[in-house]
Amino acid sequence: MKHLITKLLLLFATALQAQIDSTLIKRAQLDTTKQGLNMDAVYDRPFLSFGKVPVSVGGYVEANWQHLGTDGVSEGHQFQMRRMTLFVSSSIGKKLKFLSELEFEEGGKEIAIEFASLDVEFHPLLNLRGGIIMNPIGAFNQNHDGPKWEFTDRPIPATQMLPATWSNAGFGLFGKTYRKDWMFGYELYLSGGFDNSIIDNSENKTFLPAAKENGERFEESASGTPLTTAKIAIRHNTFGEIGLSYMGGIYNTFEDDGIELDKKRRVNVYAIDYNNTLPKLNTYLTGEWAWVQVDIPNTYTQQYGSKQHGGFLDIVQPVLDRKMLGWDNATLNLACRFEYVDWNVGTFNETGDEIGDEIWSIMPAISFRPSPQTVFRLNYRIQRQKDILNNEPARTGGFIFGISSYF
Amino acid sequence: MLLELKLFPKILVLGLLLGSCDKYEPVAPLEEELLDGPLGGLTSAQNAQFLAGDIAFNDDVFTSRSGLGPLFVATNCASCHAGDGKGTPFTTLTRFGQTDATGNQFLHLGGPQIQNRALPGYEPETVPNGATFSKFTPPAVTGLGFLQYVTDADIMAMSDPNDDDGDGISGVPNWGTLKEYLDPLDNAIAQDGKYIHRFGKKAAAYDLLQQTVDAYNQDIGIASSFDPKDVYSGLTIDPEVSDKTIRDVVAYLNTLKAPIPRNQEASQVQNGKSLFSRINCASCHRPELVTGYSPIEALSRKTFQPYTDLLLHDMGLGLDDGYTEGSALTSEWRTPPLWGLGLSPTTQGGQYFLLHDGRAHSIEEAILMHGGEAENSKNQYQSLTQSEKNDLIKFLESL
Ligand code: HEC
Ligand code: HEC
Repeated sequence: MKHLITKLLLLFATALQAQIDSTLIKRAQLDTTKQGLNMDAVYDRPFLSFGKVPVSVGGYVEANWQHLGTDGVSEGHQFQMRRMTLFVSSSIGKKLKFLSELEFEEGGKEIAIEFASLDVEFHPLLNLRGGIIMNPIGAFNQNHDGPKWEFTDRPIPATQMLPATWSNAGFGLFGKTYRKDWMFGYELYLSGGFDNSIIDNSENKTFLPAAKENGERFEESASGTPLTTAKIAIRHNTFGEIGLSYMGGIYNTFEDDGIELDKKRRVNVYAIDYNNTLPKLNTYLTGEWAWVQVDIPNTYTQQYGSKQHGGFLDIVQPVLDRKMLGWDNATLNLACRFEYVDWNVGTFNETGDEIGDEIWSIMPAISFRPSPQTVFRLNYRIQRQKDILNNEPARTGGFIFGISSYF
Repeated sequence: MLLELKLFPKILVLGLLLGSCDKYEPVAPLEEELLDGPLGGLTSAQNAQFLAGDIAFNDDVFTSRSGLGPLFVATNCASCHAGDGKGTPFTTLTRFGQTDATGNQFLHLGGPQIQNRALPGYEPETVPNGATFSKFTPPAVTGLGFLQYVTDADIMAMSDPNDDDGDGISGVPNWGTLKEYLDPLDNAIAQDGKYIHRFGKKAAAYDLLQQTVDAYNQDIGIASSFDPKDVYSGLTIDPEVSDKTIRDVVAYLNTLKAPIPRNQEASQVQNGKSLFSRINCASCHRPELVTGYSPIEALSRKTFQPYTDLLLHDMGLGLDDGYTEGSALTSEWRTPPLWGLGLSPTTQGGQYFLLHDGRAHSIEEAILMHGGEAENSKNQYQSLTQSEKNDLIKFLESL
């Protein structure tokens, strides 16, 4: 079966390649020696440039087929155009760069500016960034481009506990330095942030991504106070990159028109992320774990948890890395993703029993990359989700096949 | 090219394989293990309304923007009736302020129900000084359409207010005045302008419409055109749920299937079943009832097995909380249907929370807490041999 799928992927890829004429435009080579931290991901992309024009453009696309079912109820065949993202970067002048990223989701129904920042470099350790920034909490939010992953779905902990992709209007500083095998980077931003909807939403649980629904957040911050996001990351050539991040601030509209409505309530998020490619085996590991704390009045409902935690780990093992079907740099990978979220950590006031509201998932995958920028991936999801009362979990499973490519 | 040719049959195979993808997905639990799902034999139009009600009941969650509260107990129907089954102490609600048929004396202080939760910035209610109260654990909401269409005449025939047959069991209906927005059912029998109410633990709700309107209003803080009073201010406000949604939810409740019994052939179960009648459990928990006429064909003139008589019984001091509704005494409770009893833990987090306030943590505990009219029956249970007790419990678990 595996053998068959491999061949099919190869075949599919051949057919596609025949249609591309790549002689007209110049593709920037990725500099893999210098740029290595998750914070570099926004610029670490295959941009296209045209002659001497100081503007480069790029983007990626993700589409898939899936057939998932929960407890015997199947969704049937679903064909989805997940998203198309366009990025434009330009060198405006000396030490002045601008980069923007525009995302079209659900066939263009949702359009979002994910990133649109002006970067001013004073010193490699001191850059100023302003505009719409991507809050560097965990690693996925900064480094989420579809073609980089062997899985069609984004990690649940990153998108349904942490709110990836999560960007806000804001300002901040970042910098980076190297010494021998070591690399160090930091980021510190003040931005707009969350609102009451994180504990008052149709998901019926504390849900940071609910704040993304608020289109006004780029104009008006619900709490009138800044959301602080800070991250430090260290990379060693052999031991990999580890990142520690924090994001927090007051989320609620505690006053309006000068009239007090509630006390100030904070949300705090802590995350740790790690990635590395193991020497010899070439196994690639990437994962993150995060903790969310939300100040919720105890007269509200425990339906909305005051603590959450969860994370994911991807293990990717290249099994073939050679010329395949005319591609010099093709790879075939086996991979597996482990995911877990507890949306409501704690016990019921009434009984002292553990509160449920948990999900875990294991997703084996086969992926084929004709080149590093393009991936064909076949995933199988094995997922269990428990309701708040800890009843028998709902079981979801099924196949997902997707393509994703930079263009 | 050769490779492609060789692959062709394999592609066909994969195509077929994907065509039958359901095989690679988790299988459905047995129908009999599930409480939710529609009645068989509904028309397409009835199925469509069932689905609309299903979404309103299970998926729609109220937020402050859609009208939640500001005082409330839970954010939607399914928070309390998860999987259409019984709830837990987390979703148990408190009612207070009425001790006899003269009515609730604490309506001006937020009665009859405590909204123990509030949106940020608001203060939830607590039981006022001097008020007696009772806690109510959410019951399962399956098979209610059948109960809705049992005729008043049948209910009255089961009632024995003066215990004429001398079995120590009387049983009375809860007679009450209809809310203005309700119409009497086709077969309704009135006495002094009062009608038989049958839903709720004190049988104080007339029909599924009243139960639904009250749930939106008292449990979630959602005003409707039927009951436009805001729980917080006590003043009328614009409806926060449409009449259509309410009708859809009523249709959903009406057409939820009855729980399907399991292991009926097992000899223990069969033995337990005859013990159940022999020790008079069946005098209140009536094994079989019939419906009268119903506009829903699938509910019309059907025989079904709910194990209730829809009547109020004095259950003794132990279960008397000093609170009541309608014309019931504080010691009186409506016999709860026992269908689906064995599936209770599937929605109660793997445990049992039985009796009106969830105080019994096993079927046996529930039986041992019976008193009053059920005292005899309980004593007979206690004098059964251990293996007879086991059989009786096996039978109850099979329901
Ligand atoms: C806070 C928890 C809670 C919520 C929310 C809730 N219920 Fe209930 N429900 C209960 C409790 C407790 C009872 C028992 C009340 C009684 O006996 O009077 C009950 C009883 C019922 C009954 C009567 C069952 C019977 O056997 O007599 C129906 C029908 C019902 N609810 C429907 C609904 C609907 C529809 C909604 C949503 C609009 C809803 N409930 C929301 C807790 C809840
Ligand atoms: C006099 C009528 C009567 C008799 C006889 C009777 N019951 Fe009950 N039963 C009730 C009532 C009323 C309740 C609900 C009491 C409450 O909620 O506090 C109840 C509750 C129960 C419950 C809990 C159901 C639930 O969903 O919480 C079980 C189980 C039960 N009875 C089993 C039995 C068995 C077994 C017998 C025979 C030994 C029996 N009953 C005899 C009236 C009766």
